Amino acid sequence: MTTAPVILDRAAIDAMIGVIEGRGHRVVGPVVRSGAVVLGDLSSTADLPVGISDEQTPGRYRLTARDDEALFGYVVGPSSAKPFLHATGVPVWQGERTADGSFATRKPEAPTPVAFIGIRPCDLAAIGIQDKVFLNGYRDGVYGDRREGVFSVVVNCVEPGGTCFCTSMGTGPRASKGYDIAVTEVIDDEEHWFLAEPGSDAGQEVLAQLGAAPASDDERVRVENLLVDAADRMGRGLDTEGLPEAIKASMESPRWDEIAKRCMACANCTLVCPTCFCATVEDETDLAGLEAQRVRRWDSCFNEEFSYIHGGSLRPSTYARYRQWLTHKLSTWVDQFGEMGCVGCGRCITWCPVGIDITVEAAALAAAAKEATHV
Amino acid sequence: MSDKPRLAVFKFASCDGCQLSLLDAEDHLLAVAEAVEIANFAEASRDITPGPYDVSLVEGSITTPHDAERIREVRRDSKFLVTIGACATAGGIQALRNWKDVRDFTSYVYANPQYIETLSTSTPVKNHVEVDFELRGCPISKEQLIEVVSALLHGRRPNIPSFSVCVECKRRGTPCVMVAQGIPCLGPITQAGCNGLCPAYERGCFGCFGPMESVNAASLTGKWMEMGVKSSDVVRALRTYNAYAEPFREASDAIAATE
Repeated sequence: MTTAPVILDRAAIDAMIGVIEGRGHRVVGPVVRSGAVVLGDLSSTADLPVGISDEQTPGRYRLTARDDEALFGYVVGPSSAKPFLHATGVPVWQGERTADGSFATRKPEAPTPVAFIGIRPCDLAAIGIQDKVFLNGYRDGVYGDRREGVFSVVVNCVEPGGTCFCTSMGTGPRASKGYDIAVTEVIDDEEHWFLAEPGSDAGQEVLAQLGAAPASDDERVRVENLLVDAADRMGRGLDTEGLPEAIKASMESPRWDEIAKRCMACANCTLVCPTCFCATVEDETDLAGLEAQRVRRWDSCFNEEFSYIHGGSLRPSTYARYRQWLTHKLSTWVDQFGEMGCVGCGRCITWCPVGIDITVEAAALAAAAKEATHV
Repeated sequence: MSDKPRLAVFKFASCDGCQLSLLDAEDHLLAVAEAVEIANFAEASRDITPGPYDVSLVEGSITTPHDAERIREVRRDSKFLVTIGACATAGGIQALRNWKDVRDFTSYVYANPQYIETLSTSTPVKNHVEVDFELRGCPISKEQLIEVVSALLHGRRPNIPSFSVCVECKRRGTPCVMVAQGIPCLGPITQAGCNGLCPAYERGCFGCFGPMESVNAASLTGKWMEMGVKSSDVVRALRTYNAYAEPFREASDAIAATE
């Protein structure tokens, strides 16, 4: 496999979408819906949020107009790969009563494999994290059936957003693995082009069909500089050094009480998070009792029933639920999966209706824990 | 007499919208009629047969001495009593009287108010008798109604969540209207069940399913006021169909007290 980068223009990106679709994928990419960039079905670059950017601060997201025709001049919106791979509202099995009075079940058909165009490095890293959750050792059917055959065109971030901190989490602004093609967009008054690098044989095959020219040394250096520069312009930061231990030492911190005054336990943070994987199953029957199905839906550790066992909820207070969530993300996830459950995408900060900032809370907890050990 | 479970529908102070949800269940209505004996449903049939009933759906709030008496009879005749809608579960929009003197209203509305025998409050059914299950909403969701009937018929637990509307918005992929468009939304403190209907049409949730399981109204209303919503408008938003539901009531009273 050759890994030489090539130069594409917008027409070549359109051609690439066509080639990928021709390989039997459902092509999905960023589109604008209800005032936000979300992932939706894509047939050409005309469907992309062309000339659109975004402003993100805690609890606030706004689309803005750019003064150019950039195809990828924004960062992540509320949706990630999660709705497509860790799908919600899908049957795990379906069944019906048969003529002889017994019950026959069937496994739902696997959907067409998705190709993500313009997924970001943080979200690609999130897929890697969910792979460990759903496919390591035990293969989860709902996830596995959707994950197989996925094709990813990742777009490296040259303009980080206001709540981004991927540099802190080591997931961006440049994708390092897990993609089929990595694209970096370069745009200014004079030029508009994309540097595309294959990351897999499939990616190489797609790029080979576009007849693109190899990138020059100058073009490669320019992209390199843009990405190095982007790493220094993150809207947020999180010092992860010693953080899992500091969080564990903070179980009785008064900070949780203070957060619980602001937190509404609405679950938005967990549902926009590209790594949060909690789900519930619900059994459904028809009125006649002839058909039944078990449906899997997203759940959240912020929901009371999520930790319900005989006799009551294990985490009846918002205090306990926020503590569980942050502790899992930044500390116990490491014990469980060998890495943190956070990719630094900033969604939980932007999409919290009251703007609770995980980087601020984690830093405050860590600072207090550090102080306590020095006393 | 059939061996099918016997269903009854009762109405108290209400607009009939919730019981209409049953008639509005379209495809499911025939299946319901097939699965249960509709023993008492005045809005659907004159063929009213006496109790006891296996399942009673109760719509409306308790606003008169006669209501208060009658709900006890309904309870006595019902094995499983399900209250349906904001009136029956929280007192409804007519619970706005609870902040006023109802005699003032009757003096404006009726030529001879001395004949009006009404209670000073509109209260939910659960304040009067034991309730087995509550279906929220103004009106209720017909999907949830069918779900409860189906679950009762097959002896399983109904899938009726008590978490926030936000969960439904995220499950269906609606970008948050409050975060992305600055539209005040009651979704974070309102119980799911509508499938995130209003935000899907870029409108804020107006709380018709009432308080969710762990309401933090102070946080949400603080954010609304930060966004520029006047405190009188926050009070008004909290005092609609579920005004008298405790968490909404306490929140609106707290803000009204500061005005």
